[in-house]
Amino acid sequence: MAKSSTPPNLLTTTLGKAVHWAQTRSMFPATFGLACCAIEMMATGTARYDLARFGMEVFRASPRQADLMIVAGRVSQKMAPVLRQVYDQMPEPKWVISMGACASTGGMFNNYALVQGVDQVVPVDIYVPGCPPGPQSLMHGILTLHDKIMSGELAREGVLV
Amino acid sequence: MADEDDRDVTTAVEEPPETRVADMWVAGSEETDWMLHATDEGSQEMEQVESGARLAEQLGTVVGDDYIIEDDSPDDERMIVNMGPQHPSTHGVLRLQVELEGEIIRRTKPVIGYLHTGMEKTGETLTYMQGPTNVTRMDYLAPLHNELVFSMAVERLLGIEIPPRAQAIRVLMTELNRVSSHLVALATNGMDIGAISMMLYGFRERETVLAFFEKVTGLRMNHNYIRPGGVAADLPPGWEDDVEDIIDTLPAKLAEYDDLLKQNPIWLERTRHIGVITAEECLGYGITGPTLRSAGVDWDLRKTQPYSGIEQYEFDVVTGENGDVYDRYLIRVEEIRQSLRIVRQAMERMPLGDWRTEDRKVTPPPRARLDQSMEALIHHFKIFTEGFKVPEGEVYEAVESPRGELGCYIVSDGSAKPWRCHIRAPSFANLQALPIMMADSLVADTVATIASLDPVMGDVDR
Amino acid sequence: MEWSPSFGQNVAVVPRESLRRFAEGALEAGFEVCVDVTAVDFLRSKPIRFEVVAGLLSHRHNLRLRLRVPVPGDDPEVPSLTPIWPGANFFEREAFDMFGIRFSDHPDLTRILMPDEWIGHPLRKDYQVGEVPVQFKGAPKAV
Repeated sequence: MAKSSTPPNLLTTTLGKAVHWAQTRSMFPATFGLACCAIEMMATGTARYDLARFGMEVFRASPRQADLMIVAGRVSQKMAPVLRQVYDQMPEPKWVISMGACASTGGMFNNYALVQGVDQVVPVDIYVPGCPPGPQSLMHGILTLHDKIMSGELAREGVLV
Repeated sequence: MADEDDRDVTTAVEEPPETRVADMWVAGSEETDWMLHATDEGSQEMEQVESGARLAEQLGTVVGDDYIIEDDSPDDERMIVNMGPQHPSTHGVLRLQVELEGEIIRRTKPVIGYLHTGMEKTGETLTYMQGPTNVTRMDYLAPLHNELVFSMAVERLLGIEIPPRAQAIRVLMTELNRVSSHLVALATNGMDIGAISMMLYGFRERETVLAFFEKVTGLRMNHNYIRPGGVAADLPPGWEDDVEDIIDTLPAKLAEYDDLLKQNPIWLERTRHIGVITAEECLGYGITGPTLRSAGVDWDLRKTQPYSGIEQYEFDVVTGENGDVYDRYLIRVEEIRQSLRIVRQAMERMPLGDWRTEDRKVTPPPRARLDQSMEALIHHFKIFTEGFKVPEGEVYEAVESPRGELGCYIVSDGSAKPWRCHIRAPSFANLQALPIMMADSLVADTVATIASLDPVMGDVDR
Repeated sequence: MEWSPSFGQNVAVVPRESLRRFAEGALEAGFEVCVDVTAVDFLRSKPIRFEVVAGLLSHRHNLRLRLRVPVPGDDPEVPSLTPIWPGANFFEREAFDMFGIRFSDHPDLTRILMPDEWIGHPLRKDYQVGEVPVQFKGAPKAV
């Protein structure tokens, strides 16, 4: 079942749906909080805007144990190789949410020091705008990611369903 | 080796460290004790101190116990370990290279720059009106303080007076910001040491303060509310009730934290006599804020060099005695109480009047006037496109942010954009204390020490 | 040595040859804390290109003092304040990183904010901001 090269039939589509359901219901984010957006990400994880109801309050410190990387904050030139290294260490399937204006496009800092958009370094699935995006925006982004996974849109070749 | 087996490794670190700063102040001193040059290896490296005993151990000819540490023995093997920049407990992207001898840290080298945003360069391309949006994102846990110090520097250059209501609003907002920043510090401090419920409590309390900020400024963080000339908008009607709510509910929660942590034996074990720094070291390294006050120095810019009318309010400056992590925890909790005291006084005595200066060259006119007066329209247009011009000169203003002395140095060339806008970041200076605090302590105390320093990497790297 | 107060603040313009002696004197006079060391690039608006600005604070007398040291652009070298106030360490590394000003007798003068292999000193006035042109629909790009 490593490659989805067999034509879809009743067994693989139901299995696929089950796998997607499992993937979304307990995603482990990797801690990649950089700047102000990290504080809002922490606020999303704590009591008021609870991420635990989506199974995501456990922020794994080790990228080897995580499947979602929320790039929260501005990525400087010095940090970009570190970001790529952490992304590479995550096992498949993995997703990236680019949180905030600075991560999505460089934000208000259009200068020498920042990577203008984290999608120049890692492939991004969801962009959450805002400076910083409130916890509700981030949760909307996360839930949109869940919907996209459930619909099968983000399945990649070579990855289980 | 028999008597060395009985020796407890913890006794080796129990003595309080002697003052090392006095040695370093003599230029050209012949004493080349490696501890004095904690960062002289080159910026991104740390070289291993090789020795013959290491090879002998690997060959099995010498059987060594690697948990028995001998003092000042250069033949011991040392290991360089890298912490960060992606790390759950380093409060942002701080990278530490520590040289370990077993479990004891001998040298530390903080490597920063992973969040460098070029804000000072960007500040030279923005007008003075846009300046606070840039500056507010430096210390993102206390954004109103950044805006306040920038606005104060610009106002000194302009030579304008701020109306009393604007000053009182500024004091109210910055003291509430101090409360929310210390709540984050306590929350992350607790979580790093292991009291994970502190994280939830701290952020829960912070939400009430952030809801108030959202009502007044429109944003939960990075408000761009305090601008040169006053504040951006008046307090909304009904603000007194919200502030009353905060003042009434927070002290009970602080008592909860004290119940949880203050006499907790685990907390005391993990924070007493950890990360100790003395007053002379603080002064020599330019360390300010709760860290300086924990060493016993009674210095708070709100009392010694007051600004924005804060001298009218009664509050106490909290100092500690030992300069350790526990003292800093106590100081932060008490500072929240004192800030609430100031907030109550500001609320009760809030004067009526303008919330920004009347000088139309500096502050934009109210929107309603734009349809009526041509002059108002022109002023509005000029301020928002070109920006107002500021006389030539240079000033340095400083405020007491939750981390220490936050300063702003502006050089103006007479145009609408600053020639040089430099922020003196408290966390940048406070990080220099880290090698001192961590020398000769155990690895497990690193996290507690960093958390008690409360660095904000946006401030450090700018 | 020139006294030039600015907007009610104490500022002294000190030539770089006498900086070390002046700083030691200031330390003895009671300025225990060095609050800030930074630099300004005047490019062509002043005859001497750079100015290193050091802020001092005295707890004893509750006074601030600012030192401005003119540094020429073709020979950007200045004595370091780190032997006198160890807290100037990081600040001087940042001034070196951002402006290229060398501080003699500094224990470790290397880049602190930019990556090691970075070429150029970003805060100099002849260094571009590094803007990436952004396409906005409809509005012409104003440089």
